[in-house]
Amino acid sequence: MFSRAYKTVVTAPPLAWVTVFLLVPYLLLFCYSFWSVSPAETIVHSWNLDNYHELLQKPLYWQTLLRSMWIAARVMLFSLLLGYPLAYFLSFYAGKRKDLLYQMVIIPLWVSYLVRAYAWKTILGSDGVLNTLLQYVHVTRHPLDFLLYSPFAVVLTLTHIYTPFTILPIYAALEHIPRNLVEASHDLGATPAQTFWKVIFPLSIPGVVAGATFAFVLSLGDFLAPLLLGGPSGIMISNIVVSLFGAAYNWPLGAAISLGMLMIVVSLLFLSERLEKKWSFS
Amino acid sequence: MTAPTLLSIRGVAKTFGRNAVLRDISLEIAEGEFLTILGESGSGKTTLLRIIAGFETATSGELWMGNDRLDHQPPYRRRVNTVFQHYALFPHLTVEQNVGYGLRVAKRPESEIAERVAEALDKVKMTSHAKKKPSKISGGQQQRVALARALVNRPRLLLLDEPLSALDANLRRQMQVELKSLQREVGIAFVFVTHDQEEAMVMSDRIALLRSGELEQVAAPREIYGRPATAYVAQFIGHTNLLKGEVRGGVVSCGPLVWQTSLPDGPILFSLRPEHVRLAAGTTAAASAIRIRGQVLHQAFHGATELIRVQCSDGLIFVARIPGGSGVQSEVDLEFSAADAIPVRESPERA
Repeated sequence: MFSRAYKTVVTAPPLAWVTVFLLVPYLLLFCYSFWSVSPAETIVHSWNLDNYHELLQKPLYWQTLLRSMWIAARVMLFSLLLGYPLAYFLSFYAGKRKDLLYQMVIIPLWVSYLVRAYAWKTILGSDGVLNTLLQYVHVTRHPLDFLLYSPFAVVLTLTHIYTPFTILPIYAALEHIPRNLVEASHDLGATPAQTFWKVIFPLSIPGVVAGATFAFVLSLGDFLAPLLLGGPSGIMISNIVVSLFGAAYNWPLGAAISLGMLMIVVSLLFLSERLEKKWSFS
Repeated sequence: MTAPTLLSIRGVAKTFGRNAVLRDISLEIAEGEFLTILGESGSGKTTLLRIIAGFETATSGELWMGNDRLDHQPPYRRRVNTVFQHYALFPHLTVEQNVGYGLRVAKRPESEIAERVAEALDKVKMTSHAKKKPSKISGGQQQRVALARALVNRPRLLLLDEPLSALDANLRRQMQVELKSLQREVGIAFVFVTHDQEEAMVMSDRIALLRSGELEQVAAPREIYGRPATAYVAQFIGHTNLLKGEVRGGVVSCGPLVWQTSLPDGPILFSLRPEHVRLAAGTTAAASAIRIRGQVLHQAFHGATELIRVQCSDGLIFVARIPGGSGVQSEVDLEFSAADAIPVRESPERA
């Protein structure tokens, strides 16, 4: 069909791109994670497992990792709880307003991440919109300080940012359900609630899994929201990586953490793909 | 029909926006009856079925099942089940789970579900496929599962929306026979929707012919074929010759043809089936026979019979069904009996 030369010309640029900007950096990362830093702050190319050892030994690292996963899990849960009903409404009941509402889900994605994170800062701060309001209506006398610089702020912001990522795949999955299956279920005597749990929800699981994966993986690697809104108690694992590659100048340890996270994420993606396959029928 | 009425459709109409899909439909469906709603696409037949099932609400009119007002109940409360056009089997459930769905949502005991599902699968000969997912079985098998899934609930009325349209011709004929004998066996009333007049003739106790949202005629297959009420019915079911004429003083005149009649004076339209038009033999015509000579325009061989188109004087064209393999000259004499020319009403164009 196409000549060999043509195929080479077409495939070479993306292949080169992936090699130079993805494979080589990962390979370097892999190598760095087995090297170390000398007291004179130069990188020593001696192969050892010290970094991985430190990772498991020092509670700071694995505790932060666990906290990050706990934050990501909550973001995932809240995004699903918010996203599913909206996607369901959009797909089944929005009628003529479907396109408009769909656009309203998409539009926030055009706004810069930083702007949205800063917006929460203005809302949640001690002189912020929310605290001012709460004091004005005499719910509290003093500003509530758990609102900002806390894991709460991070979860809230990340949920806001990543909910559209859960809505879209769930909406797509719901749109794929043939409507005559819903009619068949009613026809066979199932109430609307039974129809939802026995037909609609099971058939939307691939979308739920995809959305959950998006929300979890993207939140787990996030470093801006915790940096801006997390405070000391809201630090996540990526913040540690950033500081190890920056001020702390310990690239090898940073590389080891990154690789650990990469492994977690890849196995999650693998698992989610298996789950999606198991629950798709066509 | 002596059986008691099961479902009574009273003055049902449906409009989508400005578009009237059904107009003033009144129809009684008897217990245990096989009724076919026949019509072209866009005639409103599927809409009528969906109104009975409860997926659409009629703009006006009522549905009664015994003393219950059916159209006030949601679909899941009606003792009516549907076999959908594309089967609509649940893809995430096995054949067995699909069939058991209705009983399971009705919270029947598991032992009863297992028993009834096994019985239903046996009835449609799908027992060996019980554990398979719908995507792993053929179209004809999915059809049987859809049928078992509906019948297992013992509905009072089963609705079938062109269930055979996706099957190839041979399987289709086989399923027509199976479906009909299954219906006799279970004794449940079937309302069957199709656009295929042959299918309707083969299977039905009665046919309700729908045209542009109105009932044209409701009658048994033999009657609707033999005594079509309107020109549209005569043309839709089988082939026919339509003869336009006039009655004056007990005499019909259709172009060059003239015969005695007892019909009242006025313009008239006759339907004359091609099989009632014969090749005239010799010169000895019966007294009641009407004869005409014409040129053969076209001859189509169908095996046991063939259809010939004959151009007669005054622009009159006759189609005659004659025995297959009859030798035909370029010019023939045709004859028919006046009694076979059935007066029909004109079918005015409708939007």
